[in-house]
Amino acid sequence: MSALALVAHQFRFDQKAFWRNPASVFFTVMFPVILLLIFATVFGDETVDVHGGIKTTTYYVPAIITLSVISATMQTLAMSLVIAREDGRLKRGRGTPLPPWVFIAGRIGNSIVVALIMMALIAVLGRVLYGVEIPWDRLPAIIVTLVVGAASFCCLGIALTAAIPSQDAAAPIVNAMLLPLYFLSGVFIPDDQLPSGVIHFADAFPIRHFFEAFFGAYVPVAGGGAGVEWGNLAIVAVWGAAGLLLAARYFRWTPRGG
Amino acid sequence: MAEPVISIRGLRKSYGDFEAVRGIDLDVERGEVFAFLGPNGAGKTTTVEILEGYRNRSGGEVSVLGEDPRHAGREWRERIGIVLQSCRLDPYLTVRESLTLFAGYYRQPHPVEEVIALVGLEGKADARASGLSGGQQRRLDVGMALVGRPELLFLDEPTTGFDPSARRQAWDVIAGLRDLGVTVFLTTHYMDEAQRLADRVAIISRGEVVARGTPENLGDRESRPATVSYAGPDGEVSLQTTTPVETLHELTGRALADGVDLEGLEVTRPSLEDIYLELTSEGEERAKREAM
Repeated sequence: MSALALVAHQFRFDQKAFWRNPASVFFTVMFPVILLLIFATVFGDETVDVHGGIKTTTYYVPAIITLSVISATMQTLAMSLVIAREDGRLKRGRGTPLPPWVFIAGRIGNSIVVALIMMALIAVLGRVLYGVEIPWDRLPAIIVTLVVGAASFCCLGIALTAAIPSQDAAAPIVNAMLLPLYFLSGVFIPDDQLPSGVIHFADAFPIRHFFEAFFGAYVPVAGGGAGVEWGNLAIVAVWGAAGLLLAARYFRWTPRGG
Repeated sequence: MAEPVISIRGLRKSYGDFEAVRGIDLDVERGEVFAFLGPNGAGKTTTVEILEGYRNRSGGEVSVLGEDPRHAGREWRERIGIVLQSCRLDPYLTVRESLTLFAGYYRQPHPVEEVIALVGLEGKADARASGLSGGQQRRLDVGMALVGRPELLFLDEPTTGFDPSARRQAWDVIAGLRDLGVTVFLTTHYMDEAQRLADRVAIISRGEVVARGTPENLGDRESRPATVSYAGPDGEVSLQTTTPVETLHELTGRALADGVDLEGLEVTRPSLEDIYLELTSEGEERAKREAM
């Protein structure tokens, strides 16, 4: 098989395993949908004071897509790679002729495809249930933003595995990093409710920048440009590159326990 | 004579001050099942992981299929199969899917259905790994190591923790590999496993090979004194002899002449188990002396 065919082969089985895993389906697919329904139900009739006032549901659709993308990439990869590492599956794979990068590429491909599916799902739910327009004319900007963000958060997820000593520690560590930042970055609580100090703090981390980039691509503003927020996206990409370097240096294929 | 599949000279491995492997020499010939037998912590897994290319050695020469595993690449990995001591398989893939996934990694894999039959999982081909017993999972693991058509298969303690019937099934699978012409390097701490499966055995204790040979002649079993025991008129008697035929002749001749019976007469040689325990406990004692 050519290298690309081998990546596709690995990807095909990663997809099967992903969709059959109840934990990944719940946390990556169901949980964002539930969050969208809850936020829309609780705050649905209100407006958010950004861009001169928009409907809360218009705010939450790109917010929940942001969360879904990070969940499909950073969270899914960090958890599933630590589990595979501690099970001995990564070590076993290293004993085969499969080039290591093909294995990783298959997993990254899996995450990006799930992220795209989640974006489509949340966008359609937002349109059907809450009348949030899908900005078809900005689709190129949305795809560019999503793919750059997804790839960057994949790198961060792979790097994060080096800080996770065991399977049991995976979920607490990942959630302890992501959940507070979702709150502080305006993903759960709209920007206009957050003190500016909090937003400055969140600006030090990639989630806020990815959210701003995606929000900018998704929500049309009067007189807005092409929709790609290059500044925010560049910061996300720098985080991703840093993650890639850390992953290349510290990622390990053998179990840490035992 | 053909070049050995595995050739080890003076292999050493230290972890800090601890010497896990202390100068091992071994040759494994093409087509044989070679058992590396020793208690836990003797250095078996360290040695096998050096041969598999997972660990670097501290000293000595190692050649596996003509290459140094430390520098061997993809071509070399096409020719070997590895079953790790502990590895949980992907719980969400079926037997057939796991084998198809691994078959895709190799240039000339065995047909997946043949491998399923070879490891005796025909009835479980569409079951997910999470629904298999421990013994079935290990047989799938062996199948995943075989699907690439390896010349050399490493099995690190393949039946540890199995119940007797699962062990027997695993043994049948391993014994069947001989017909495929696969060379097998097996580590185990079960004497009976080595005896049942191996053409040749090396016993390792405290990082050193303390005995080697076929399961029959290991530890000079043939030339060790036999024990002749019986219950005579004066009670239980037990004699050590290097010439059991002569001893028996003399003994039974006298008994016949005197008209006495020799109840429970038997001649025993030290079992492999006895020799194994003796050799490995010698190693333990020497290590204790050295530590003092």
